[in-house]
Amino acid sequence: MSDAFKVSIGLETHVQLDTRSKIWCGCANVFGSEPNTDVCPVCLGYPGTMPVLNREAVRLTVMAGLMLGCEINRYSKFDRKSYFYPDMPKNYQISQYDLPLCLGGGVEIMVDGQPKNIRLNRIHLEEDVAKNNHFEGFSGVDFNRAGTPLMEIVSEPDLSSAEEAFAYLQALKQMLVYGGISECNLEQGNMRCDINCSVRPAAQEQLGTKTEIKNMNTFKGVLRSLTYEIKRQIDVVSSGGRVVQETRRWDDEAGVTRSMRSKEDAHDYRYFPEPDLMPVVLSEQEIEGWRASLPEMPTTRRQRFVDEYGLPDYDAGVLVADKAVADFFEAVARDAGNPKAASNWMMTEMLRVLSADDLEIADIKVTPAALAVLIRLVDEKAINNTGAKEVFAELVANGGDPKAIVEAKGLAQVSDTGALNTWVEEAIAAHPNVVDDYRGGKRAALQFLMGQVMRASQGKANPPMVLQALRDKLDS
Amino acid sequence: MAKFADHNETFSLAGLQQGTFSSVEWVTDLLQRIERSDKTINAYISTDGEWALEQAKAADQRRASGEAGPLCGAPIGVKDVLNVQGQPCHCASRILEGYTSPYDATAVSRLRDQGAVLLGRLNMDEFAMGSTNENSAFGAVRNPWNPDFVPGGSSGGSAAAVAAGSAWAALGTDTGGSIRQPASFCGRVGLKPSYGRVSRFGLTAFASSLDQIGPITQTVSDAATLLTALAGHDAKDSTSLKQAVPDYSSALKGDLRGMRLGLPKQYFIEGMDQEVEAAVRQATEQCRELGAELVEVSLPHTEYAIATYYIIATAEASANLARFDGVRYGAREAGSDPLDQYGKTRAAFFGPEVKRRIILGTYVLSSGYHDAYYLRAQQVRTLIRRDFEDAFKQCDALLTPVAPTTAYRIGERTADPIQMYLGDIFTVTANLAGICGLSVPCGFSSADLPIGLQILGPAFGEETILRVGHAYEQSTDWHVRRPPLWAGTAS
Repeated sequence: MSDAFKVSIGLETHVQLDTRSKIWCGCANVFGSEPNTDVCPVCLGYPGTMPVLNREAVRLTVMAGLMLGCEINRYSKFDRKSYFYPDMPKNYQISQYDLPLCLGGGVEIMVDGQPKNIRLNRIHLEEDVAKNNHFEGFSGVDFNRAGTPLMEIVSEPDLSSAEEAFAYLQALKQMLVYGGISECNLEQGNMRCDINCSVRPAAQEQLGTKTEIKNMNTFKGVLRSLTYEIKRQIDVVSSGGRVVQETRRWDDEAGVTRSMRSKEDAHDYRYFPEPDLMPVVLSEQEIEGWRASLPEMPTTRRQRFVDEYGLPDYDAGVLVADKAVADFFEAVARDAGNPKAASNWMMTEMLRVLSADDLEIADIKVTPAALAVLIRLVDEKAINNTGAKEVFAELVANGGDPKAIVEAKGLAQVSDTGALNTWVEEAIAAHPNVVDDYRGGKRAALQFLMGQVMRASQGKANPPMVLQALRDKLDS
Repeated sequence: MAKFADHNETFSLAGLQQGTFSSVEWVTDLLQRIERSDKTINAYISTDGEWALEQAKAADQRRASGEAGPLCGAPIGVKDVLNVQGQPCHCASRILEGYTSPYDATAVSRLRDQGAVLLGRLNMDEFAMGSTNENSAFGAVRNPWNPDFVPGGSSGGSAAAVAAGSAWAALGTDTGGSIRQPASFCGRVGLKPSYGRVSRFGLTAFASSLDQIGPITQTVSDAATLLTALAGHDAKDSTSLKQAVPDYSSALKGDLRGMRLGLPKQYFIEGMDQEVEAAVRQATEQCRELGAELVEVSLPHTEYAIATYYIIATAEASANLARFDGVRYGAREAGSDPLDQYGKTRAAFFGPEVKRRIILGTYVLSSGYHDAYYLRAQQVRTLIRRDFEDAFKQCDALLTPVAPTTAYRIGERTADPIQMYLGDIFTVTANLAGICGLSVPCGFSSADLPIGLQILGPAFGEETILRVGHAYEQSTDWHVRRPPLWAGTAS
């Protein structure tokens, strides 16, 4: 990107809230049901039906606002936003216009190792719309999604590159997942965003003409589309042209943004207050209660991992990045009573498996309890590290109980001195030259003998005991 | 059927409650009356006789088992705008052709819980938009007092059926006078409860901040009985208030001694029908004789009420009626794409008055006009509400005409919507202010058309207006007069 231009990006991020029921009715708020099964007259917009506000959706939105440092409006209301589209059961969306639940706030991202605050304009609560599915020759509407509580987080145009936008979304996701606000599962459409982007000559104060890229549902898509759009706008301006204010669509396959509609075709949403709902009035006590119940945020948790478990800062950072991974680690650490070992297993084996197979930790067959048992088996010297790795591989493949696996695979470590002494004596007898080397001062020779004993035991000999026995024999 | 001869005079629930006749007998008789009278007045869009008799039979059994409330077995008609599970709900529009309600409106289920019998669906102005019941896809309703005249609207079918004796009582809805004005035009009692008194859940919305469900009845006492059953908080309607429901029937006692009744000077205006004014003045004198003190009050913002009402009501209607697009239910006209389909469907199946109001409402909310119209109207609405708050500091209730005229001749006002809208001048204010209003018969014109007295009370002041209405009614005999088309037979 050229230094001759400044880029300003603002994101409107829609986040589905993790409530049990929909925002206006008792239908389940779940993903993946048969089309049009989680529906009722209310979320289908039948004549005469009325919305009743799900208070949990308000609580989660306010919790998000508190986490992001927003000011919470004590008096808030809902408005109707009118436009015709087949995914709209009522042909108006109940949203919040001039009195949203949360105002201001910010999201901190790291840019070149330095923290940068991305200011938020507001967070408001609204209903999600249905989903249109297009088939050969016809289209269908699935209303299961209609009425899912949806929070819209509107940022100021403080982001100045595609990478910053990407980092912003990651930071936002991390916090929202930590707060239990949303699962932020992108495949399920939990988190989608509209991008506003403009460029201007570096010397110019005033923002350039913006374009809007609608309905992005992957972070990578945001990164790619912005990279394209920024370059496109710079090319337009550099060649003496003007950016047209318009809505654009990202064509992921072609890797380009395309014009959808110009400003002249923009909807007139005709907002007015929703007469079927009372204003939302929040008491100080209610808000303070929610504030007190805010969960631990990633930065705090990272420091606690360092202080409480003695982990290196880097390791702590890696573990807290994904809340599910951090939760897994803590469960193992507490169960096994050995945080260092738990951290080592997580940092090496677990994360390797996750990245190799592109899995979420919830998908993996190893449970925190099983990994803790495995760590205890090592600590109790019931198996050695070689055996432990074999057990772990079996846990990854099929799950199960580590003790049963040890039993079934015959991996129990041999600590019986009788058997050990036999293998040690055989190794010494078979390699007199090596014994001479060792006695001549070549300490590495001991490792060779050690390897012979381990091989004779098929890996099951207790290594410290073998070492001790060798020393006893050779040094005497 | 000798017992019905007596019943014909009172047309009350007493015979049912005393066991003189059964609900099945009454409903059987009513179904025949409906068939006779509807040849002329067209009050019902549809009846479900078989189902009505089933309900009546169940009600009779319930009464026999001794668990019956006052409404058990009472035959009631329901305005076509209210959802009843398994029944059509056309809202007198072609756009809801083929639609069957999947649920009961709360008001309907409360009546059914009491054992009331639902006779059928009453005609109305399409989507409750109109003051004459001429805007119906199912044909105009005619006034039982004279079929050349309108019954009023939009609950014209409800008022005509009750006036003609083809229902004991009916549910109507009132957005700007749609219960009180037809009750007045048909010489019956109409009650618009305070906003939030009766759940709106299941009422196909016209203007959500103004709509209320209420009864049209033979007597004030019947209205009190029905309101007691209908009123109360409903978890499905966030705007229904959590206020205790009194037994409204027990408020119907005594004369009017100690009461102050206000006469708003803006409601007795130049150009109003002289016979109407005379009858209403006479009624106010009657109230004075019953012990009330009359005081003149002022509601200074009344002149802005019609403009304010038609901005707010149409704005809300433009959004409320957006859902009728042919995608999920109702009639559909095919189009080349979804928006084309919407346009064609709505053009083909909405009537002209509905289209007029949707366009008006869309306009007053549109960018650049929103502040000048919608926002300004909301501000004026606040002023109108304050007018009433001030007035009710000086009196317990207000006495006014329901409408400036008696019923119009069929076709008389259809060409001039503005004149039609102006006829709502005395009723829209109660909806804008959220207060309650009662219409009771108070005389007849020289053409033998009924005239109505409107009694307005403060929000949640239903006990007061019912008491005034009852005392007045019991001191007159307007309410027992029967129209020529009573029970479907011209006499």
